Amino acid sequence: MINFQYLRTTTAKSAIALLVKDKNAKFLAGGTNLIDLMKRGVTAPEKLIDINHVPLKQIEQIGNKIHIGALASNSAVADSALIKEKLPLLSWALQAGASAQLRNVATVGGNMMQRTRCSYFYDTEMPCNKRQPGTGCGAMEGFNRMHAIFGASEKCIAVHPSDMCVALTALDAEVVVANAKGERKIPFKDFHRLAGDTPQLDNNLKADEMIIRLEIPMNNLAKNYHYLKVRDRASYAFALVSVAAAFELSNNKITDIRLAMGGVAHKPWRLTASENFLKGKEATLSNFEEAAQLAMKDAKGFGGNDFKLKLAPNTIIEGLNLAKSKV
Amino acid sequence: MKSSDQKPNQGDSRRDFLKKSSVITAIALTPSVAVKAAESNADERFAQLFEKIPLELTVNNKVYQTTVEPRVTLLDYLREELHLTGTKKGCDHGQCGACTVHVDGQRVNSCLSLAVMNEGKKITTIEGLANGETLHPMQAAFIKHDGFQCGYCTPGQIMSAVACVREGHTGSRAEISEYMSGNICRCGAYPNIVDAIIEVKEGGEKV
Repeated sequence: MINFQYLRTTTAKSAIALLVKDKNAKFLAGGTNLIDLMKRGVTAPEKLIDINHVPLKQIEQIGNKIHIGALASNSAVADSALIKEKLPLLSWALQAGASAQLRNVATVGGNMMQRTRCSYFYDTEMPCNKRQPGTGCGAMEGFNRMHAIFGASEKCIAVHPSDMCVALTALDAEVVVANAKGERKIPFKDFHRLAGDTPQLDNNLKADEMIIRLEIPMNNLAKNYHYLKVRDRASYAFALVSVAAAFELSNNKITDIRLAMGGVAHKPWRLTASENFLKGKEATLSNFEEAAQLAMKDAKGFGGNDFKLKLAPNTIIEGLNLAKSKV
Repeated sequence: MKSSDQKPNQGDSRRDFLKKSSVITAIALTPSVAVKAAESNADERFAQLFEKIPLELTVNNKVYQTTVEPRVTLLDYLREELHLTGTKKGCDHGQCGACTVHVDGQRVNSCLSLAVMNEGKKITTIEGLANGETLHPMQAAFIKHDGFQCGYCTPGQIMSAVACVREGHTGSRAEISEYMSGNICRCGAYPNIVDAIIEVKEGGEKV
């Protein structure tokens, strides 16, 4: 690992002040992704600003929203009685990710900022437009069974690896970010971005901004929900395809529904067309099957990941079935 | 060992002079000083000073004061500086769990944590688990149930297993397997490891 300057701070204000001072500075929270990338030479910041002592670990209900601080650990959120009761989908998604050791250290903000696990991104001998813009995409015609089937660009077919973010997209979370001048809110579905012509950018957080907290509105989705993650081994592996499904039933009709997928795009993939189709309909297998077909409308395989074209709709249907049989 | 500065024959380079000078104490990472340093564009001069950072932490109930380069991981610090080699380096990338230790009572991968991030924290390694010559119940259970073959993953498995019991994630074999999934055993001792954890849980001894 190339050495770097290490700074520690206790307030968001001074953290932001330090960040804007230096183009090659990065925040250090749990470090479970960043330190790994630095060891592999994928990234080499000249300055790390340790923000672990900034008081942003709260998990609380304020009015009709749940607030979660950017530095709350993945395990603290997953094990929180409040989250288990009000937002069980989020708790399930978090427990499907990483390992118990990593979840103890990894933070909410860090989870959102984690980089893709594309093997071409990680291997510094390989071309990668995300790691080094202009060098090409090794995955496009290479080993791409883990890669995107939705929203891929000609420059990058990497996927966002998070489980937590799939649930947060489904739950209509908002991200509160701050710079030196003040705060702004970003709807979670707009926080991450598609690769387009600038795959080096994973999200819409600006260079002078820091993630402060999440705000998640209350809902009636704590009865019928499921996070279904399909992967190469039973635990501790990134998703081939995952589905966050939650709905509210009234007289057997779906009154509110949230569907999002992981492992299929450069960002958590919300299935709006499928949601709109299912709204007001009965929770039946045939409706679930039709919704799954709608979700696959613009899907495209790249050879190694063609199996996802079949796996994805099946996972949607199974996720909805499991959400239905939850009660 | 009080400080890695006490190595003999280190000579008196400019760097050593800086280390020994009182300046280093003054910039012991009080945030305001760090901020001031950055804001006054003193970065280059401070880069020298920041090359080694004062660190105080407690490992197995013993306090250590030293200075480390920021890039030194907690794992390397434990093994190379403190010579506590019970904690193993497997993949060094957070994928195998061989480096699992407890930080303030929680299990973590020491390979993905910088030593300097653990300022003031209490670390427990496999060496700190036994009570003198008396094995920790989890150590005894691993031996009884043959919870290992080559033994390389075992310190990490045991640290993780103790945390698993403390966390209360031992409701079923499936739950134990799920919460132990961050520890890989290439010899495949998994069923015996689960047996050992169940015995400790059912034994009801404080872990």
